[in-house]
Amino acid sequence: MSLLGMVLRSLRQHLLSTVITSCSIALAGGLILSVWTIKDQANQAFVGVHSGFDAVLGIRSSKLQLVLNAIFHVEASPGNLAWQDYLDIREHPGVSQALPIAVGDNYRGYRLVGTLPDILSQVAYREASTYQVAPGGRWMDPQRREAVLGSFAAQQLGLKVGDTFHPYHGLLFDESKQHAETYVVVGELEPSNSPADRVIWIPLAGLQKMSGHDPKTATDISAVLIKLNQPQAGFRMDMMINKQGDRLTMAWPVDQIMAQLFTKIGWFDKVLTLVAYLVAVVAAGGILAGLYNTMEERRRDIAILRSLGARRRVIFGTVVMESSLIAFFGSILSLVIHTAIFIVAAKMIRQQTGVVLNLWQWHPSLIWTPIGMTLIGTFAGCIPAFKAYRTPVAENLTPLS
Amino acid sequence: MGLLEIHQLEKGFFTPEGHHQKILDIRSFSMNSGQQLGLRGQSGSGKTTFLHMIAGIIQPDAGQILLDGHPMHALSEARRDQVRASTVGYIFQTFNLLAGFTCLENVHLGMRFGSQQNPERAVSLLEQVGLQDRMHYRPSQLSVGQQQRVAIARALANSPRLVLADEPTGNLDPSLAEEALSLIRTLCTENNAALLLVSHDQGILDQFQPCLDLREINRAGQGGGS
Repeated sequence: MSLLGMVLRSLRQHLLSTVITSCSIALAGGLILSVWTIKDQANQAFVGVHSGFDAVLGIRSSKLQLVLNAIFHVEASPGNLAWQDYLDIREHPGVSQALPIAVGDNYRGYRLVGTLPDILSQVAYREASTYQVAPGGRWMDPQRREAVLGSFAAQQLGLKVGDTFHPYHGLLFDESKQHAETYVVVGELEPSNSPADRVIWIPLAGLQKMSGHDPKTATDISAVLIKLNQPQAGFRMDMMINKQGDRLTMAWPVDQIMAQLFTKIGWFDKVLTLVAYLVAVVAAGGILAGLYNTMEERRRDIAILRSLGARRRVIFGTVVMESSLIAFFGSILSLVIHTAIFIVAAKMIRQQTGVVLNLWQWHPSLIWTPIGMTLIGTFAGCIPAFKAYRTPVAENLTPLS
Repeated sequence: MGLLEIHQLEKGFFTPEGHHQKILDIRSFSMNSGQQLGLRGQSGSGKTTFLHMIAGIIQPDAGQILLDGHPMHALSEARRDQVRASTVGYIFQTFNLLAGFTCLENVHLGMRFGSQQNPERAVSLLEQVGLQDRMHYRPSQLSVGQQQRVAIARALANSPRLVLADEPTGNLDPSLAEEALSLIRTLCTENNAALLLVSHDQGILDQFQPCLDLREINRAGQGGGS
């Protein structure tokens, strides 16, 4: 019988303890993996999302609010811009593309964004990727009450080409605030794994002139999405709009503003990481205590093995191997727990922001965490192993004459 | 040179009061290969200590133990473990089987730490002790007599030169004791292993010629420990 066989038999003999300690290791490993992978992926994903634009122009407000509202479609609009502001910025020599958007209505919680469809179809929201309408649909006609749905919104709402709906006033769904207008779904966007997936796109004029909206603001817009000719233009416009002006805000560059957000909330993932580390320490302590306590009941077995010729270092090695295996099993299970946590978290993030996290994206922690947890288990086994190592043989080969 | 040569062997323990009490003082003792020897020893006479020292489990305070040419008194603990694993088979009064392992696995463990690993021999030994249909039973699923037979098979698993039997029939009723003793002696003979059996049961010891009394060779007389 091999040493591994002896250890596996021992683990089976102490099955309950083995399962509980393995699960605690799995929980710790799963938490650590989830914190690291989700944090890093979310960071990359949010910072990487710019929807094809370099800057957002809005009424004087927080840059972060402008980006969240105009790019991620998650925050309330800080206020409206005059149409003339859009015309002015469009003519700025540093601007290569400007897209006005208007928000303020929803359909069952999914935000309606009014825009100019021609420009949207020309925007590369990611390198070499433009929004595409799925087969069977088409872009909306700006003169009609037509809508193109983001893929996630279409899936969640169960709307398809040819269906009609009545928008609701406001960004939050309130059944009593239904608009009279009827919109026809004429297309569904191919999945872009971007915030655009959870938006209902309609013509800009349609949203501006929706019944119940103030006629005086019928030409106002919520923000202008801007693509610059060259980065240097951003500095000049930042100076002109943000520092010298006091009426408008230009959020530029978009990715840095999101990066600042993650820097601000960095303490949160530090707390999560610390909690995960503490769980790992507690789990390692569990292995130590579990094995240490069983050493007392195993004294006779150890003495018998020694009487059969097992050396002290063999006894030490079997106990360490046992704790390593407990941690190893837990580490394998931690990948399962991580998968479960990741799927739930990714689903929530996608629902709330449209940002998609990829479970299969490689992260170094996927290999280092199981190795680390197994090593922690190995070290935790050294103390009970030393106790086993020191077990006196003669005294434990009962009875003595 | 004989299989086992012991000279001027001394062993003592400290009492709880801190006094050193000598329990073994054996001037000379020897056994030849294949010899079967009974050793009478009353409870507390130091017979288990004597066997443990021969097996290298504990060290003497003084003297020499030469086992199959190995100076057990002078070897490191790891080396003594090695010699024990390959040279000695040990049968205990309480069998000392590992409860979590099957009969066959217990016998496998008897050869695990020695020089030979022969699964067929483990099966053969269990067949010889009449447990061919109980190989995959755990000790708790066996009768007391069957457990002792597993212990006998395990003691012979590593083809030892010397089998030490410490009150091997102490937990068996008389009919089973006779059967176990016969089995031990037969298997030792078949496997060319010497047998040193200690007991306080006169009926068992009467079957050995020669049979020594530990009190006669132990100058420390009646000891206070094991």
